[in-house]
Amino acid sequence: MKKILTSIIAIVTVLTAFTSCTNSGKTNGKSGALSSNVAEKVYVAPGEHDEFYAFISGGYSGNLTVYGLPSGRMFKEIPVFSQFPTSGYGYSEETKPMLNTSHGFIPWGDSHHPDISQTAGEIDGRFIFINENNTPRIAKIDLKTFETTEIIEVPNSAGNHSSSFVTENTEYVVAGTRFSVPIPQRDMPIKEYKGNFQGALSFISVAPETGNMDIKFQVLMPGFNYDLSHPGRGKSHGWFFFTTYNTEEASTLLEVNASQNDKDFIAAVNWKKIEEYVNNGGGTMMPADYAHNVYDEHTHTATSTMKKEVRVVNPAEVPGAVFFLPTPKSPHGCDVDPSGEYIVGNGKLSANLTVHSFTKMLAAIEGEKFDGEAYGIPILKFEDVLAGSVEQPGLGPLHTEFDGQGNAYTTFFISSEVVKWKLGTWEVIDRKPTYYSVGHLTIPGGNSRKPQGKYMFAMNKITKDRYLPTGPEMEHSAQLYDISGEKMELLLDFPTHGEPHYAAAMRADLIKKRSQKIYNLEDNKHPYAAKSDSETKVVRKGNEVHIYMTTIRSHFSPDNIEGIKLGDKVYFHVTNLEQDFDVPHGFAVLGQNTSELLIMPGQTKTSVWEPTKVGVWPFYCTDFCSALHQEMQGYIRVSPANAATPLKWSMGEDIE
Amino acid sequence: MKTTLKLSTILFAIILMSCGGKAENKKEGFSYDKKTPTETQVSNAAEKIPASKKVDLNNKGIGPITSLELPSEINQAMVTHGADVYKKMCTACHRTDKKFIGPAPANILKRRTPEWVMNMILNPEQMTKEDPLAKELLMEFNGAPMANQGLSEEDARAVLEYFRTLK
Repeated sequence: MKKILTSIIAIVTVLTAFTSCTNSGKTNGKSGALSSNVAEKVYVAPGEHDEFYAFISGGYSGNLTVYGLPSGRMFKEIPVFSQFPTSGYGYSEETKPMLNTSHGFIPWGDSHHPDISQTAGEIDGRFIFINENNTPRIAKIDLKTFETTEIIEVPNSAGNHSSSFVTENTEYVVAGTRFSVPIPQRDMPIKEYKGNFQGALSFISVAPETGNMDIKFQVLMPGFNYDLSHPGRGKSHGWFFFTTYNTEEASTLLEVNASQNDKDFIAAVNWKKIEEYVNNGGGTMMPADYAHNVYDEHTHTATSTMKKEVRVVNPAEVPGAVFFLPTPKSPHGCDVDPSGEYIVGNGKLSANLTVHSFTKMLAAIEGEKFDGEAYGIPILKFEDVLAGSVEQPGLGPLHTEFDGQGNAYTTFFISSEVVKWKLGTWEVIDRKPTYYSVGHLTIPGGNSRKPQGKYMFAMNKITKDRYLPTGPEMEHSAQLYDISGEKMELLLDFPTHGEPHYAAAMRADLIKKRSQKIYNLEDNKHPYAAKSDSETKVVRKGNEVHIYMTTIRSHFSPDNIEGIKLGDKVYFHVTNLEQDFDVPHGFAVLGQNTSELLIMPGQTKTSVWEPTKVGVWPFYCTDFCSALHQEMQGYIRVSPANAATPLKWSMGEDIE
Repeated sequence: MKTTLKLSTILFAIILMSCGGKAENKKEGFSYDKKTPTETQVSNAAEKIPASKKVDLNNKGIGPITSLELPSEINQAMVTHGADVYKKMCTACHRTDKKFIGPAPANILKRRTPEWVMNMILNPEQMTKEDPLAKELLMEFNGAPMANQGLSEEDARAVLEYFRTLK
């Protein structure tokens, strides 16, 4: 009883300490809403544009959402790993191959960490990459069209979590596995995990011009959990850093069993060295099975190719390529500062933040000061690589970002706050509460040599009372802070869709000026496109009927179709003839078992319809396109299977 | 109360009868207030002429083309190119010789200036908002907007040359 009492008192004391800390931070923030005109700072007048784009992952929505900062307005949901009936993504014949995998068609994904392409260590705004955690895949979204244009499956990986971060010239987008598995996969007892399972770290090359992705090599690491990662930059360019946990190699009750070791590791991978090894024929090709899906902007069609082998590298065979940096207490976030010198490991069960020095790491490697090895990989001594630690900044550190002014910002999940601290002196400068239980945070340009500062936003896991209640399920909350001053200032709460894990943000100007307005009709190479009214037709091939249809304000051509029979598979290939910005047309037919289509100007999309009932069925435009939108409709006649109704189509025949 | 009931029964009967009357014509459908040529309109003579038939050889329209001199000789190469562009970009709504979703371009230069025609192709949004003729045309054609098909000035000029050959 006394013990319980003592611990209660202890807890209360600790809590009080925290509360007072929070309060001291608040005295500055108290100026808050009224006196410092916070509203003005996030007000973007009607018709004006935001200064920054933020690309926020949708987590279990599988997609990526686009927001403006500082307004917190949502502009778009980009479908990536999940079917999206709003546009027909993953339902239309052209986009179904995007969701193909070695496990077949998968309509859903769990998207986590978006990262924007870079040139010379600076964000260039050409592409954004994002990982699918559940069935490991990496997607590329072209920021010219804001469309997913490529998805590559990652074999030998499971729980694709320490992904998808790019090197400073987008040489690679890197994908590490959270779960280790048997490689190759095989039927074996789970309890034989230790020493038998492995973790794959995949280096996916990105072609400089086209952005085409290809798995260059996979490093097969010991069977730990590879949690998060970041590239070296500047002086540490050529290296990649991964946090690990479960170095205990437990396969059950990880909650307890993976928290036994006092320290886990940050794995430092010299990818330049491995690249050279591979270029000289190193590594082995192993049989594999993974899908590579590519969307062609000219045919408006995706193709899925199954790849049959992948190059794997045993790190023990490449001396000097991989080292372990001991890092306390199951580190989660693994963040590298803009100079490339500091590698921050956020030990999520640790009271302190651990910061390693790249320079000291090189010296330790040079001096071969090893503290043993793990499966042939040298372990460096903790003291030899440690740059410093931030003492007792909060509870449950997760992720760190940088402002380019020598400051770092770390989220603390358990104590629900963001703490600003100084690189080099490791002193805490400010702390601000978040609402509630913050995960990642983002500063525009964060993962680069030149963060663009000004704002930081925290993505929270728990919403509770922040918004009007919407039943048991709530959108997650995010908070925007002004970080231009010494102290952070909370500006805005805004809801986010799905479960945002991470976000990438950048200045709007670069992306805005490249954003495409239409698809050029002349460049449309879709095999079923009807690029003018004279190309519209209906063609029967056995029980397949192909309708080459066009749309323009405000009619379909043809809009009367007869001669369809029960048992037919009807392909509506709809080409939008418009060549004007923001004039999409939709297509829906009664009884459509897939989804509608939303067709952009100059684009062709296909919906397959297998009518189940005899009758005359209407189709119409779902996107309010013009004053005559309600007139934009047609009929398709479905006859019995044995009927002799001739195939006929027309548009406007009875118009005078 | 009883009176109300009686009255409503009679009224209902009348409605039924009138419905029945219509039903007899069912096969041929029916016609209600169908637009007929100008004689049904009661306004003055000047307004009776629909915009598509009006002649205005002074109005240059609003847009990038402010002055255009057509050479007397028709440029055949331009006509060929213009016919091709017209087929790709315009036939969704226009037929050369008859009213379709939009008006027919045949003999257009007898009714409009070349500048007006090109501005209508190149700048339809502003034209249908601000040019009096284009505004009237929009209403005459049931509000069907002239779509901006993103033609270059060169392509629009070629289309105009093609229009010169349409009779």
